Amino acid sequence: MPDAPGPLFYERRTYRRRRLADLSRLLPVAGLILMLVPLFWGDSSGSTVPMSLAILYIFGLWFALVIAGALLSLNRPEELIDPQAPRSPLPGEERR
Amino acid sequence: MASLNVLIAVCLSYVAVLFTVAFMAERVAMRGQAHWLRSPLVYTLSLSIYCTAWTFYGAVGYAARSGLEYLTIYIGPSLVMIGWLWLVRKMVRIGRSQRITSIADLISSRYGKSNALGVCVTLLAVIGTTPYIALQLQSVVESFSIFAAEPGFRPRPEENVSTALWVAAGLAFFTVLFGTRNLDVNERHHGVVMAIAVEAVVKLIALLAVGIFVVWGVGGGLAATMERIDASSLGYWHTDGSRWGGLIFLSAAAFLCLPRMFQVLVVENDMEAHLRTASWAFPAYLMLMSLFVVPIAVVGLDLMPAGSNPDLFVLTVPLSQGRDGLAMLSFLGGFSSATSMVIVASIALSTMVSNHIVMPIWLRLTGDGASISGDVRHVVMLARRVSIVGVVLLGYVYYRISGGGTALAAIGLISFSGVAQFLPVLVGGILWRGATRIGAFAGLGVGAVMWFWCLFLPSFGADVILSAGVLAEGPFGVSWLRPHGLFGLDGVDPLVHGVFWSMLFNAGAFFVVSIFTFPSPMERLQGAQFVNVFNHSRAPQGWQGGRAQAEDLMIMAQRILGPSDAQALFHDEARRQGLAGYLPDPTADFLQRLERELAGSVGAATAHAMVGQIVGGTGVSVQELMAVADESAQMMEYSSQLEAKSEELTRTARQLREVNEKLTQISVQKDAFLSQISHELRTPMTSVRAFSEILRDTDGLTPEERGRYASIIHDEAIRLTRLLDDLLDLSVLENGQVSLNFRRGTLEEALSHAVSAGRQGDRLAIRRDRGDELVEIETDMDRLSQVFINLIANAQKYCDAEAPVLRIVVRRRDGTVSVDFIDNGSGVEQDMQGLIFEKFSRVGHHKAGGAGLGLAICREIMARLGGTITYLPGQGGAAFRVTLPDRSAMAAQ
Amino acid sequence: MSKTVLVIEDEPNIIEAIGFILSRDGWRVAVHSNGVDAVETVRRRAPDLVILDVMLPGRSGYDILRDLRAESGTADLPILLLTARGQSRDREMAEASGASRFMTKPFSNAEVLEAVRDLAGG
Repeated sequence: MPDAPGPLFYERRTYRRRRLADLSRLLPVAGLILMLVPLFWGDSSGSTVPMSLAILYIFGLWFALVIAGALLSLNRPEELIDPQAPRSPLPGEERR
Repeated sequence: MASLNVLIAVCLSYVAVLFTVAFMAERVAMRGQAHWLRSPLVYTLSLSIYCTAWTFYGAVGYAARSGLEYLTIYIGPSLVMIGWLWLVRKMVRIGRSQRITSIADLISSRYGKSNALGVCVTLLAVIGTTPYIALQLQSVVESFSIFAAEPGFRPRPEENVSTALWVAAGLAFFTVLFGTRNLDVNERHHGVVMAIAVEAVVKLIALLAVGIFVVWGVGGGLAATMERIDASSLGYWHTDGSRWGGLIFLSAAAFLCLPRMFQVLVVENDMEAHLRTASWAFPAYLMLMSLFVVPIAVVGLDLMPAGSNPDLFVLTVPLSQGRDGLAMLSFLGGFSSATSMVIVASIALSTMVSNHIVMPIWLRLTGDGASISGDVRHVVMLARRVSIVGVVLLGYVYYRISGGGTALAAIGLISFSGVAQFLPVLVGGILWRGATRIGAFAGLGVGAVMWFWCLFLPSFGADVILSAGVLAEGPFGVSWLRPHGLFGLDGVDPLVHGVFWSMLFNAGAFFVVSIFTFPSPMERLQGAQFVNVFNHSRAPQGWQGGRAQAEDLMIMAQRILGPSDAQALFHDEARRQGLAGYLPDPTADFLQRLERELAGSVGAATAHAMVGQIVGGTGVSVQELMAVADESAQMMEYSSQLEAKSEELTRTARQLREVNEKLTQISVQKDAFLSQISHELRTPMTSVRAFSEILRDTDGLTPEERGRYASIIHDEAIRLTRLLDDLLDLSVLENGQVSLNFRRGTLEEALSHAVSAGRQGDRLAIRRDRGDELVEIETDMDRLSQVFINLIANAQKYCDAEAPVLRIVVRRRDGTVSVDFIDNGSGVEQDMQGLIFEKFSRVGHHKAGGAGLGLAICREIMARLGGTITYLPGQGGAAFRVTLPDRSAMAAQ
Repeated sequence: MSKTVLVIEDEPNIIEAIGFILSRDGWRVAVHSNGVDAVETVRRRAPDLVILDVMLPGRSGYDILRDLRAESGTADLPILLLTARGQSRDREMAEASGASRFMTKPFSNAEVLEAVRDLAGG
């Protein structure tokens, strides 16, 4: 965390918030990487993953991403309403 | 099998329902009860125009041909919404703070309000979207023909063509009706958005219903269907890796860049907070839309005879099982997908075409037209309507020319890759202050050329535009220029190949040229505002003007925003500056605000040009150059504080000067008051005395003479009495001793009474709208009529037009009723406008009968009635506005 | 005899009254009722006497008077100035502009007649 001069420990709520923020930073990266996993499935020798498994994997991942996104969005209601929120968990915010 | 007639009936009633929904939504929005229209759910559903007929029918066909590859089209946007929400959010914020009307407007505005850039983006968007619209028309036509196909009967091509024409005409009509209702694009198309949301629900339900039927009705349950899938020709994962990754990227880019997506995502967005819900609900929608695609494809391949078109399995599978109702629902789903896409795409494109192509041309043709010629709103509105029809027509023509063949089906991804060329310029402009206009031109230009060469032209197939020889060996035998093997990159999927090269060169040219060119001050200002949109919502100044231009600006603003909005804006600004009336100082701040309001109607570049025509000097001032040069936030802050202070001083000085001038003028008038009264009393008295002496002293007057002179004495005596009455009236009103007789009535009553009492002869034509006048008021009706009579009598006396016309316009807004009296004469000169309500002031030296007390009395009366009367400048004649508090919120109708 | 009096005045009733009184006394009466081209009219008509109102549409009577006095042809023309403002300042201004005589409205008919006879030597 870059804000060094802050208090050493945050109270439990704030701490939880920050970890959620970390998760939301990680989510798109993890989502993208996991969505690219099928790249390793096909090889030219012909042995690949059965379609049913592929469907289960992709839709399962998709569903998990939706749920994670929903949970995250419910947990930061002030985020989109107040753009000057002191601590933004969104990675784009850092690039001022 | 359901007959074609039933189908047409269902289809028409569905359309009628959509019309009703759109109409009701507009009504509700107009009544200001639109909060439930602005729910995050409606916003999310409106985003679903991403799923066009290409999704609804095409996804199954795509899956039947290439397995799970179709999923990339939906995974890309899902990842954007979940992970890159901050970017979308930034676009929405910029769109709102800069009143952006389209993606072309955003790009043109970011790069120094360059219209040339706007034109480029518009052209590319039209080229990229036209085939897509054609695709939608084709899907509707084909789904019709499925139902029309009696066994052993193929519909004749002419019938397809006429179906397509009817659909195109209907869509254009709907879009013109609900898409161009209000000029300001930022005022949002509630009707259209609501209709789209309904269509989104219909298409989701339809696809889910077909899917559930296929899995549980035909496939025998989940497990059995899975087995069937594994056993089919799609049984194993065999998607090309480069296509999987490339298409996820491409669809993500297209999601951000498609003009229709920009329209619903940014322009129609009501609240940023809606994005939060959409961030997970929209991916969920996409997931549900694609969930049953593979089962439908597999079951369709099993059930249908070999060679049947997998694109239409969604329809043909239920039909083959005798489920006509389900097929009908599915047809409506496909119909919804196609129509909603065409409607939004044509709104988005028409805004771009009219703002970036038609308006600038019109502006150039009419010279300094913004300040003289007629109502610009008509021009903009007409341009937008014609553009909508043009865009839909273009799609139809493309459909006719391409013959509705299979070539069209492949165009979806080509279209995506075309609009994806906006991505570097768009994202670069939002995130990087160093991006320049020249760089944007370079990137877009190179990207567009490569897209044309590698993707668009070859998409028509060999020997249509590019010969087979060129495709195989390159132009003039230059093999490294082959459209599918550029720079010797062979063996790659043509689409991935084209996207890779075009995006690489696009982004590269954009970046490198931006680095080595220097942006103009306007670009730097806009760049800073876009990139730091979350930091400062206030914009640096762009204009400096003199007071004399305020009236011109008002005339222009009225033509674009409409009189009531423009007047409200000017009045509000004048009040903010602490001035009375409707003409604020054209401070840099105000001009900026005005320009942004105008931009909401005609786009940033055009608005900038229009304001520039009036204020002159489109350049950026020295202060701004300094502000740009010195980018440290503190300096900016400090200088803006200083600027604010000096601005405030200037304004205070002007207020003082204004008050002083008024005091001097009033003291001169006070001085003249006695001498005026003396004059006004002595003049009639002279006649009275002279004629009474004549009557007394002269012998031998004829009876006619006698009668005439007596009646002159009589008239003059009445004139004296009236003058004394007026004086008394005024002094009573001024002292507040008047007793008012409040009662209920309608404006119509008061105005009708005033017109019959105030108008003499019929030289003055009076235009009224009695419907608008049915406003119930509670006031002293006689006093109010007195004011109206005075204004009508004034118009009669002073309007110097050949054929004098007085318009009486009633409006209700913000808890007040205003009645405007506007004549077509030469009006009141600006230096007199502040004085006409003072006692004994008359416009010029006029002896048209009154003593110059009428307007003073009117002012006092209105003050007693809790209203106002003001002079309204810039109406093309003398114009007075009477406002009353709107005591009862109910109209008498 | 039959000398000409030019009445420059814009109130129709007052014109009629003066016209009646003077013509009964044997004067020829011409009328002009705006200030803008009053000087021009005086020059053209060459009357024996001018009755001039101070408050005229378009141009003040004082200005007209000063112009007439500045011209050689009308420098000595008898001019009776009428005003509806009876303040002393008005009288001073009338004298300064070169009026032959000054009269405040409302006037008596006999006064006007007398003044005209005096000034034009009728």
